[in-house]
Amino acid sequence: MEEKGTLTVKRGLAQMLKGGVIMDVVTPEQAVIAQEAGAVAVMALERIPAEIRAQGGVARMSSLELIQGIMDAVTIPVMAKVRIGHFAEAQVLQSIGVDYIDESEVLTPADDLYHVDKHAFTTPFVCGARDLGEALRRVTEGAAMIRSKGEAGSGNIVEAVRHIRAIRDAISTLTTVPKEELVARARDIGASYELVREVAETGKLPVVLFCAGGVSTPADAALMMQLGAEGIFVGSGIFKSNDPKKFARAIVDATTHYNDPKIVADACRSLGMADAMPGIDLRKLPESELLATRGN
Amino acid sequence: MQSGAAQGEALNAKGSAKPNLVGVLALQGDVVEHVAALERAGAQAIAVKTPADLERVAALVIPGGESTTVVRLLDRFGLVEPIKARVRAGMPLWGTCMGMIVAAHDVAGMEQPTLDLIDITVRRNAFGRQNDSAEIPMVIPALGSQPFPAIFIRAPWIERVGPSVELLAERDGHGVMVRSGNVLGTSFHPELTSDPRVHAYFLTMVAEAAKHVGKASSAA
Repeated sequence: MEEKGTLTVKRGLAQMLKGGVIMDVVTPEQAVIAQEAGAVAVMALERIPAEIRAQGGVARMSSLELIQGIMDAVTIPVMAKVRIGHFAEAQVLQSIGVDYIDESEVLTPADDLYHVDKHAFTTPFVCGARDLGEALRRVTEGAAMIRSKGEAGSGNIVEAVRHIRAIRDAISTLTTVPKEELVARARDIGASYELVREVAETGKLPVVLFCAGGVSTPADAALMMQLGAEGIFVGSGIFKSNDPKKFARAIVDATTHYNDPKIVADACRSLGMADAMPGIDLRKLPESELLATRGN
Repeated sequence: MQSGAAQGEALNAKGSAKPNLVGVLALQGDVVEHVAALERAGAQAIAVKTPADLERVAALVIPGGESTTVVRLLDRFGLVEPIKARVRAGMPLWGTCMGMIVAAHDVAGMEQPTLDLIDITVRRNAFGRQNDSAEIPMVIPALGSQPFPAIFIRAPWIERVGPSVELLAERDGHGVMVRSGNVLGTSFHPELTSDPRVHAYFLTMVAEAAKHVGKASSAA
């Protein structure tokens, strides 16, 4: 008897993406460039985070025509975003057959209290997290993959570093505390005791952990992989640079060989004088413009 | 190809590869799952990222992942010819899902380059997109009578098998497990289960190959 949409196959696709780079694309042509450069998947969306940030307004699920066009253009998995809590957008994406749904703080949240019940779907979900508690709450809701939130569209890696370190440090602490403390630890971080106990025993999240938000150079990718990310999302960093093909390849190479500085140096060198996307100093952004604080 | 094969034999004869060390190609994909499964099945395993790593191992697993990504990285980092030479000289190779696509003769309906190490034509994503990914208990005679928990993720099927290729399992009339001499391919992911039988099956292939190498070097 065949079973579809099980936790194993949902988490399994994320396992197949490990060590790879998932790239934001806004046209089928960009999707093809990403695939040829070695992307393991693409995120189909109408506007990349840097543009959403610049243009403001309500950011929603992308047009289905665009997503379908990208699904038809490439053979690698295609992901698409829904607003936090917007289960009807998620039902629509599942019905057209996208491979992964990103319940994303980059779009304007639809529900300020609740996330989507992701167990109700056959299509797997990836969700953002800033710390272990947030990551495990999303896993309890059914997320099959976790990514750092970072600060999307900023070209600034500092938030992604903070989130990956926070998750990693909290995991390593859990592996050392006495068993009798685990119930209180679970309560403190707002996560289920069962998941906290599992993390304490295995020393890792029950799902794959990627880095997202602010990666814009090969060295950024190598940094995040060395900090414990299992793969990289690049949003604005590729198609906001002035040579997307070169940037895409260089970030893929650096992600694979993140622990070999010579190869990361080659990847940096391959960019020549091409410019990375312009960045934003996050200390100068008003609180109301921060994306990572959306959803908890 | 001739010189490549000779180079591979030279490597084996020199004995620079450890007889029971299995490599898992680690350019991208579910590498640690394979390493852990091989260790559970009693082997020693390491990640292989470079031609130097490849020289250390006596067998290679190409894991699940994205074939377009890995084909590009194999070429970029100079692994295509060394892998071909070693496998043609007898090194056991097992490809799971993406790995089987990469090892195949060709990909149906696509111009995708492959290593051409087993005479099969595969069709990518043939069982559908992610919503059709599935867990299926399958009876595979080569593994015994107990059903094997096969996990298919955006899986390919085998559309054509050459005369030298043994079809070991089918799902709905499509090939999903094949062997030809020292090369094994599966559409599904035994590394995602706790059932060690396919890993154990591959390790018997590794042991057989080690005997041949032993005979060859004692004869020499």
